[in-house]
Amino acid sequence: MSKWSDQKIEEIIGNLLRAGVMSSAAIVFAGGVIYLLKHGASHPDYHVFQGEPPDLSTLAGIFHNAFRLHGRGIIQLGLLLLIATPVARVAFSIWGFAAEHDRMYMLFATIVLVILLYSLLGVGSAF
Amino acid sequence: MNALEFTIFVAMGSFLAGLLGALTGLGGGVVLVPLLTIFFKADIRYAIGASLVSVIATSSGAAAAYVKEGFSNIRIGMFLEIATTLGALCGAFLATVMPTRALAVIFGLVLLYSAYLSRKPRPPEQRNLPPDRLATRLKMNGSFPSEEGGVRHYNVQGVPAGFSLMFGAGALSGLLGIGSGAVKVLAMDQAMKIPFKVSTTTSNFMIGVTAAASAGIYLSRGYIDPGLAMPVMLGVLAGSLLGARVLIKAETKVLRLVFSLVIAFLGAQMIYKGVVGAI
Repeated sequence: MSKWSDQKIEEIIGNLLRAGVMSSAAIVFAGGVIYLLKHGASHPDYHVFQGEPPDLSTLAGIFHNAFRLHGRGIIQLGLLLLIATPVARVAFSIWGFAAEHDRMYMLFATIVLVILLYSLLGVGSAF
Repeated sequence: MNALEFTIFVAMGSFLAGLLGALTGLGGGVVLVPLLTIFFKADIRYAIGASLVSVIATSSGAAAAYVKEGFSNIRIGMFLEIATTLGALCGAFLATVMPTRALAVIFGLVLLYSAYLSRKPRPPEQRNLPPDRLATRLKMNGSFPSEEGGVRHYNVQGVPAGFSLMFGAGALSGLLGIGSGAVKVLAMDQAMKIPFKVSTTTSNFMIGVTAAASAGIYLSRGYIDPGLAMPVMLGVLAGSLLGARVLIKAETKVLRLVFSLVIAFLGAQMIYKGVVGAI
């Protein structure tokens, strides 16, 4: 019984991962086209590290930028979706372990989720 | 080189890295950073950011195919992800304070080690081990469809050693923007005695979660540049998906040898550039 349940959960997880990666790739590609149409002739310099400005490195900035259809903002939004895919996978696992009444693994999955959310949301604050 | 040309060349290089990584099973991530820093003259921090993003893409893409086959063990994966994500956080914090020259040297050493590991014959698998108390309590023992048909059961060993090694693998991943699949498989094969098929697929599963843990820090630190990450992520993803599809067993032996030589060469380059400060 528990085996069947595991199988089912793994199947849903597999579909979730594929959907996340493919839609993120599509968004990044669309953003890339817009970026190159506008800035294709510019000369980017990656030799000297400057770091990205806040509108490309914070959640609020990226959303703001993407919804104004800026190419670079859309690419970052796609990358955010990509980063969110494994996070969604972990969140879904909590639900899956709950369905199996496995408290120990619900706890483990929650710990991993908290660490991931700390990195994603706790950022922006200086350290 | 303008942005359009740069994007096309980076995408082509990344495609090749992803293709070779998938065909040889060595992963394309390790050659991306040297490719971007040595050939495209990008700062190693931008290179690490772009590489990390592509690692999430390939790992999630491949994991989607693996989970359906019933080889990966989600309990082992979930438990060990506690270690890898904590390690990744520490690694990513370290990366922001470490001089880039030191990063380049460490990266070179990891490349040399990966090349060495890929040439070393794998020790034979130990079967029918007795159940271990801790692993049993953690419900890690499992089974998978065996080559002979039917189901093979396995008992996991050495949980504390495996957990510690996984912390190290996560730290390397966060520090260098790589999947460190090699270290993960090592921990699961050697320390925990997990059958090779299960450890490879479960490790692949964990790589995306591990990379996601440091990605947030990279993003907020401005390491992830859209103009660079876009061709890298799309190129590597396309290359690795194609590689997984055309995988032909007979031809990979020579390819593996060539690719491991390339990795060793890039490793030596990274160490040299790091030491003389040309990075």
